[in-house]
Amino acid sequence: MADSVTRTRTDLSSVTQDGVGTSPRRPDGTLKVTGEFAYSSDMWMEDMLWGMTLRSPHPHARIHGIDTTEALKLPGVHAVLTHEDVPGEKLYGLELRDQPVLAFDKVRYKGEAVAVVAADHPETARRALDRITVDYEVLEPVSDGRRAAFDEHCPRVHEEGSLPVHEEYNQKGNLVRYQPVRTGSFADGTPVSRLRAQAGAVVRTEYEVGMQDQAFLGPESGMAVPAEDGGVDLYVATQWLHVDQGQIAPALGLPDEKVRLTLAGVGGAFGAREDLSMQIHACMLALRTGRPVKVVYNREESFVGHVHRHPAKMRFEHGARSDGTLLYATLEIILDGGAYASSTPAVVGVASSLGIGPYEVPNVAVDAYGVYTNNPPCGAMRGFGAVQACFGYESQMDKLAEKLGMHPVELRIKNAMAQGSKIITGQVVDMPLPMAEMLRRARDMPMPPARDELPDPSDLRTLPGGVANTSHGEGVVRGVGYGVGLKNICYSEGFDDYSTARVRMEAIGGEPSVMVHTAAAEVGQGLVTIKGQIARTELGVERVTVHPSDTRVGSAGSSSASRQSYMTGGAVKLACEAVRERVFALARERGLVGAGHSDELLSLTGGKVVSETDGVLASLADLLGSDAVEETREFHHRTTRPLDPLHGQGASHTQFAMCVHRAVVDVDVDLGLVKVVALDAVQDVGKVLHPQQLAGQIQGGATQGLGLALMEEIQVEESVIRNPSFTDYLIPTILDTPPMRIEVLERPDPNAPYGLRGAGEPPTLSSTPAIVAAVRDATGRDLTHAPVRPEDIVGIDV
Amino acid sequence: MADRARLRGPEPVTVELSINHRTRILEIEPRTSLLDALREQLDLTGSKKGCDQGTCGACTVWVDGRRVLACLTLAITCEGREITTIEGFSDGRRMNAMQRSFIKHDAFQCGYCTPGQVMSAVALLDEGHASSDAEIAE
Amino acid sequence: MEFLSPATWEEALAAKSAHPDAVPIMGGTDVMVELNFDQHRPSALLDLTRVAELAEWGPDGSRVRLGAGVSYTTIIQRLGKHAPALAQAARTVASPQIRNRGTVGGNLGGASPAGDSHPPLLAADAVIELASVHGVRHVAAREFYLGPRRTARRDDELIAAVLLPERAGPQHFCKIGTRNAMVIAVASFCVTLDAATRTAGTGIGSAGPTPLRAVAAEEFLTAEFDWQGAGPLSEAAVRHFGELVASAARPIDDVRGSADYRKHALSVMARRALSWSVTDYRKGEAQCA
Repeated sequence: MADSVTRTRTDLSSVTQDGVGTSPRRPDGTLKVTGEFAYSSDMWMEDMLWGMTLRSPHPHARIHGIDTTEALKLPGVHAVLTHEDVPGEKLYGLELRDQPVLAFDKVRYKGEAVAVVAADHPETARRALDRITVDYEVLEPVSDGRRAAFDEHCPRVHEEGSLPVHEEYNQKGNLVRYQPVRTGSFADGTPVSRLRAQAGAVVRTEYEVGMQDQAFLGPESGMAVPAEDGGVDLYVATQWLHVDQGQIAPALGLPDEKVRLTLAGVGGAFGAREDLSMQIHACMLALRTGRPVKVVYNREESFVGHVHRHPAKMRFEHGARSDGTLLYATLEIILDGGAYASSTPAVVGVASSLGIGPYEVPNVAVDAYGVYTNNPPCGAMRGFGAVQACFGYESQMDKLAEKLGMHPVELRIKNAMAQGSKIITGQVVDMPLPMAEMLRRARDMPMPPARDELPDPSDLRTLPGGVANTSHGEGVVRGVGYGVGLKNICYSEGFDDYSTARVRMEAIGGEPSVMVHTAAAEVGQGLVTIKGQIARTELGVERVTVHPSDTRVGSAGSSSASRQSYMTGGAVKLACEAVRERVFALARERGLVGAGHSDELLSLTGGKVVSETDGVLASLADLLGSDAVEETREFHHRTTRPLDPLHGQGASHTQFAMCVHRAVVDVDVDLGLVKVVALDAVQDVGKVLHPQQLAGQIQGGATQGLGLALMEEIQVEESVIRNPSFTDYLIPTILDTPPMRIEVLERPDPNAPYGLRGAGEPPTLSSTPAIVAAVRDATGRDLTHAPVRPEDIVGIDV
Repeated sequence: MADRARLRGPEPVTVELSINHRTRILEIEPRTSLLDALREQLDLTGSKKGCDQGTCGACTVWVDGRRVLACLTLAITCEGREITTIEGFSDGRRMNAMQRSFIKHDAFQCGYCTPGQVMSAVALLDEGHASSDAEIAE
Repeated sequence: MEFLSPATWEEALAAKSAHPDAVPIMGGTDVMVELNFDQHRPSALLDLTRVAELAEWGPDGSRVRLGAGVSYTTIIQRLGKHAPALAQAARTVASPQIRNRGTVGGNLGGASPAGDSHPPLLAADAVIELASVHGVRHVAAREFYLGPRRTARRDDELIAAVLLPERAGPQHFCKIGTRNAMVIAVASFCVTLDAATRTAGTGIGSAGPTPLRAVAAEEFLTAEFDWQGAGPLSEAAVRHFGELVASAARPIDDVRGSADYRKHALSVMARRALSWSVTDYRKGEAQCA
């Protein structure tokens, strides 16, 4: 499918073999296709035990007692641990430390960990779990996010005073964070009625976005190995080794350096591995038993083992003048964070600051709430707060366009942001944002063939419903829709999510060779390939090895927020530059460079030190001899600011990125089934580092958005998940996923390494509203719930 | 004549399996899936566990040359049959054309389900179901 | 858990007689899910994969006898002409890997109302062959499903085969899923027109505690259809047929869909499948003439 990618304005003049801008093969590819790549669930050690977790059967209950006596009597059981056995801090969390390592006093969601067992066989461990008795007093769960936000009489999920206080989050009751934004006349309290009176068209709608699962394929797993120094070595699939370490060590009562983490093979992440799952539990069991302990969740357990995308309830009102110019917008966004905070505060920060999308609107009032409930905890997932809002604002744009008799692309272009625009927080977009051009390109892409132009229109596989034979063309109507999404790249609101890289150059077997070492998590995105490409480009050396990621080098920050090419890429580039300087200095020391010869004229190319004026000065192998040159560098992005808690102003973001989607669908309007025929994208990535992997990111992101548009929802009723399996939580198959035409723009961001822009998330934002808009176009239905259900299309209340 | 069917269990039983043309003898409970036997007892972890219920395909192996899901196959029922896993699929360290093609086209990211996809894709070709994109997709 | 692995059909019947609690396992595609999730711990498993005759199929007088262990893959490849609706249903079962293992016998044994093969068996008036050490008996599919996952099979019996009547007219199966492949039916429907007996048959899946027939719809169609001249049905008649099918369903709201939607979808599928069948029937008549 990489063939379908069109690039514009690409400078390929100075490309190193397998360097930046080319598509070298993944260094882990061979291991992955032969089954030899060791994922976190594949590890095995002589003598190891199996860890398993006892989970709460209730969404909300008081614990009066836990009796492990019978479990401990079972032969083969080596440890049964509860909250009393947590050696250090009993609470952990990404942003607020509010989550018990093992539940005490209360359980706050169904599936919360209550006790852990280590046994010589998984079956033994399972039996031991059955023998633990917990005395619960069942309490009524808080299940409704709106009630949690606004009902003063709603029970508290966390007792008053039990949580760390963050003034800037406007915490109150069950609110984890409330973030308002006020601009224009809303900043001085003008009522909306005044603006409404000036509008030529007003649309007001309530939207819902369902709880989406990241649906990574490799469930939570890892192995903890007790060490002789009293510490522990943990091999785990995660997105950020150091933030795990920073939560695990205090819980174990150990200094950070005694908790060493190594990244095991990661079977997908998408945000679901930002929070801890089995990490502390496995370490506790290993330290207690003195033996390696392996923990592997099954799929059902995985559904409660990681956080999900926040379900959202949103009330959006937009007013435009009769010519289509946007006048005002008021947004209320309620994000259900579930029982523990996870990254809810940051998700609220994104949803509020980007809630209006990439549109110029002079008067905006946003009220974004992140709430505690007894629902499954929610946190990071690809798109992170921007996805939910994007479904809302793009739906609003379509409704306004319809009301004003404008083409949806025309309305968007009329109000499009560009470089120099301000987003609602007052932050200036100081990098290219060619939104209008992207929209035109998306509109002008060739359309897929109409149904009657297909070689065989009766082929069931081309129809909604597929081979299940529900239509031979009856009821099938085509629709077209557009979606635009604006996403922040890297962490925001003053967070310094720096990355560290160590680069070492030496001659091995007479050939210069480079080793790149970072703690960054390869989760499938292809960062291992990118790191090698950057080293080759910067150091002119073909042989580059990527060291396994571990905590023996400084933090790389998270493989999240589309930030690793930017941040760890930036760190590798910096470290390479430092190595290069040292090599030049070495060349000078050896008298190979004339005194008046500036470093500017030197380069490393083809394994040699080359002067622009004097040609080849030395081969790196000769120059290095038996010496190694090693440099470690930290890369920091520019400083960002928190949002002020009153009006939500502040330059909170590092970088903005955008994708535009055009979706074409065939809908069986009588049965409510959808076949996506085309899902074409235009994305500005600043600079393409690896065309093939980039295509994979855009296709994958778009497909995850397709899932949210049409099928993916964790159904939660009375705080209980009803579909914790891949039989009933449906994700798109290849028969649901159309060919994708992709146009990539490269308008460099002057602040970023190589001018690149994070690319993984934007397509996840834009594809969902594009598809839903296309289904609306085909059906004329309102469709305010994502995912769209067959019931919504045929008009049956759910 | 009462009960001539071989009765085994409930205690662990000895099972002889031919995996990748090698005879392997293991002690398992009769309820053990082929996937658990491969992964937990034989250290053949190339076949992956993704869903435990036959929806994801990451555990695809061949039994007597046909692609099946190891998570929905009882190990004990495979006695006397030839099992092929991803480990036995490439000839030593040499990859076959399908594996090379997966790498060339960057046909995976995290790669967790890739061994299953490779096993399924080769079987698909052998079954003659690869005449068009639509047929492959089905 | 005990494990029984008979090598012959006689041994299998003897084993089932001695261990009536034993759960027969063939492809494993249903039973294994329950084992993996610990939902069900049978005292014994009865492995039928070694009983060669179960995987056989062939003519049996005017009928086709389909061994209970014939895989869906084989049904798709070989039975398209004899049992088009069953073959169509088999094509919608899960993935190729599961179609290689899953069997109609397993579908009947589990008797989930969502099983894909039930509606075609009901509509085509298939007969289930049950066997025990005491002998063989035949139960019409239409008498086979008694309650939620409860069937006419006695504890000591095994499902030996399905007898498919000679096809004498069009058959159509359709199934709703929320994605375009690999789904458990939200609702499914099958209709058959039998020129020989001049009767219509129906089957409904995933819309009641058991697989169902729409008897009133069958009777209406049997009476209404122009079996001789194959004249088109009025729009009103097609619509009424759809309504009768929907009213025969007894669906619930669940995680896969709402009861109202299931009824609605059944009426749409019934109308469409009937229209396709009438068109096919007319073509068939034209060929005969």
